[in-house]
Amino acid sequence: MDSLLPILPFFIAAILTLFTRGWLRATIMIGTPIIAAYGIYSLEIGHTFSTSLMDFNLTPIRIDRLSTLFGYLFCIAAILGNIYALYHKDTMQHFAAQAYAGSAVGAVFAGDMLSLFIYWELMALTSSVLIFARRSEASLHAGIRYLVIQIISGLLLLAGIVVYYKSIGNLDFNYIGLDAPGAWLFFLAFGIKSAFPFLHNWLTDAYPEATESGTVFLSSFTTKVAVYALARSFAGTELLIYIGAVMAFFPIYYAVIENNLRRVLTYSLINQIGFMIVGIGIGTELALNGAVGHAFADVIFKGLLMMSMGAVLYTTGEMRGSELGGLYKRMPKTTFFCIMGAASISAFPLFSGFVSKSIIVTAVLLEGYYGVWLILLFAAAGVFHHAGIKIPFFAFFAHDSKHIETAKEAPKNMLWAMALSTVLCILIGVFPQNFYAMLPWPMDYTPYDTTHVLTQLQLLFFSALAFVWLKLSHIYPPELKSVNIDAEWIYRKLFPKAIYKISNVFNAFYTILEFNVERLGQSAQGAATQFFGARGFLSNFRSLGGMVMWVAVILSASLFIYYL
Amino acid sequence: MNNKKYLFDNPKNVKLLVRALYGSCIVLFTMDLIIHRHTYHPWESFVGFYAIYGFLACVVLVLLARELRKVVMRNEDYYDIKDMSVDNDITKDKNNDQVIEEKIEKRLDERRKS
Repeated sequence: MDSLLPILPFFIAAILTLFTRGWLRATIMIGTPIIAAYGIYSLEIGHTFSTSLMDFNLTPIRIDRLSTLFGYLFCIAAILGNIYALYHKDTMQHFAAQAYAGSAVGAVFAGDMLSLFIYWELMALTSSVLIFARRSEASLHAGIRYLVIQIISGLLLLAGIVVYYKSIGNLDFNYIGLDAPGAWLFFLAFGIKSAFPFLHNWLTDAYPEATESGTVFLSSFTTKVAVYALARSFAGTELLIYIGAVMAFFPIYYAVIENNLRRVLTYSLINQIGFMIVGIGIGTELALNGAVGHAFADVIFKGLLMMSMGAVLYTTGEMRGSELGGLYKRMPKTTFFCIMGAASISAFPLFSGFVSKSIIVTAVLLEGYYGVWLILLFAAAGVFHHAGIKIPFFAFFAHDSKHIETAKEAPKNMLWAMALSTVLCILIGVFPQNFYAMLPWPMDYTPYDTTHVLTQLQLLFFSALAFVWLKLSHIYPPELKSVNIDAEWIYRKLFPKAIYKISNVFNAFYTILEFNVERLGQSAQGAATQFFGARGFLSNFRSLGGMVMWVAVILSASLFIYYL
Repeated sequence: MNNKKYLFDNPKNVKLLVRALYGSCIVLFTMDLIIHRHTYHPWESFVGFYAIYGFLACVVLVLLARELRKVVMRNEDYYDIKDMSVDNDITKDKNNDQVIEEKIEKRLDERRKS
């Protein structure tokens, strides 16, 4: 029973949210992640809990340093998200959020593939509720697309497990590598959830359509579980370095021209995951520490940024950069927290992004991937540009929008959640050695030396200088009401259009076919009428005798045939 | 609407902020000349490599993003159109670039008036 203490409380809490209201529910929501974190703390590293189901040996709980780190991370994300979500009384969302957090924790502690698969699918189902809960037509459609893609990822995982089990004979979830049987199925399943290029649009499509608090939960769990799974099963796969570099590089362009600010953050989420994937691809202990450490920091600062944008959405009902601006006058605290999140994601010294991202960049340099290093440096400058400056600037400064007359400061619970996230971002940034001690592998690394701090500050300040220059000379692309087509165009526009065109062609064929069949039918009918009709040949024997005669003829014929 | 003046309503404060940024940039660049950095890659030892790279990266990023916009930008309701025979691809009736320029012009005019 002790073994299940990290996971079970979330599911119990999910059920309890259905029957409780007000303060009681709030206490349950805040208490659950603490109990779960205590559950992780009470289990020793190396502890496993095994059981067998039919003929399979399952290990639903495996405690090691890697899973523990993610376990604690998800408990922190759950408590921050829950505090943030207290502003609404939507039972459906509270229920789904607890179950979603529980599934994410379950997935990282799963020691076998079948348990992983179950939690993988549970995550897909529970998270989609957070999108549907927005209760708009756009969120309904986006949610369905999201769910379909998540289920496809799950089915690929299941197919991979079947192929793997057939040839290897056990279900333990450890290093797989690309040469193992069924490896590509796993790779693709994890790739979908970690938003590989061309498989990434479910994220940019669905996350901005979720509720204010829903997006905070969504950006914390799904992609990070995928990063965990890749770190465990595909560490050191060189292909991942290049995939990660592409992920860090291309979304920043979309982020610059995107109008919906929460969608800008989803593009920057892909960019951050790109850094982690590069770290996993490098595969040295330093790089892997960087990857999972960055995942840890990212959940908190990306959550913080999503929270601040959620607060803006909550008070104005608007998320398009073109319609926002000047809100610092009405929401000074939210503005401050947003800037803290922006400083963290941009990796300013003394903030969490600096101490985690620099490990990955250093590992890339040490292994001699200079091209990738230049791309990551470019991406790091780009992050500051679109997430560090663009998000706070267009939401809270820029020009005064019509919303500043009605906008109000965010509710207290939102401010508390943002304040706690900010404290964590700064604590990680100021005390990196305590943070590094939590990382799974031993390493000897100091982020704060003159070179690191100076070069990072140069990179950031000159990026800011570029922004100011581009903005003042009106080269910077203005925020416009628009959507930008991306890979999703294939299934949101091309497929429906192709189906429409093809059905058009078939329709034409069908019309011709129908016409011909009809004509054939008519002539057949004509012939039949001639033969059987009222004035036809056979109707000449209309008497009873004629009928009897024909019956006799047919019967005798059949008898004759029978005797033959 | 209250008439309270906020921090950045005063153009002086904006100017001050921008000047502070210029100042910091100058200080950081000169520090590159004084402090010896340890490097892994020969390019890193160029004076002001990180500063120049950061600046150029952002300029290239924005210029390329502007070009990207010409290719990928569509009306907000692009995906919403249910009737497939209607083509709401705005690039077809008007060059997207022109649309952007027009919108920028309009916005600038508004700003000049106010």
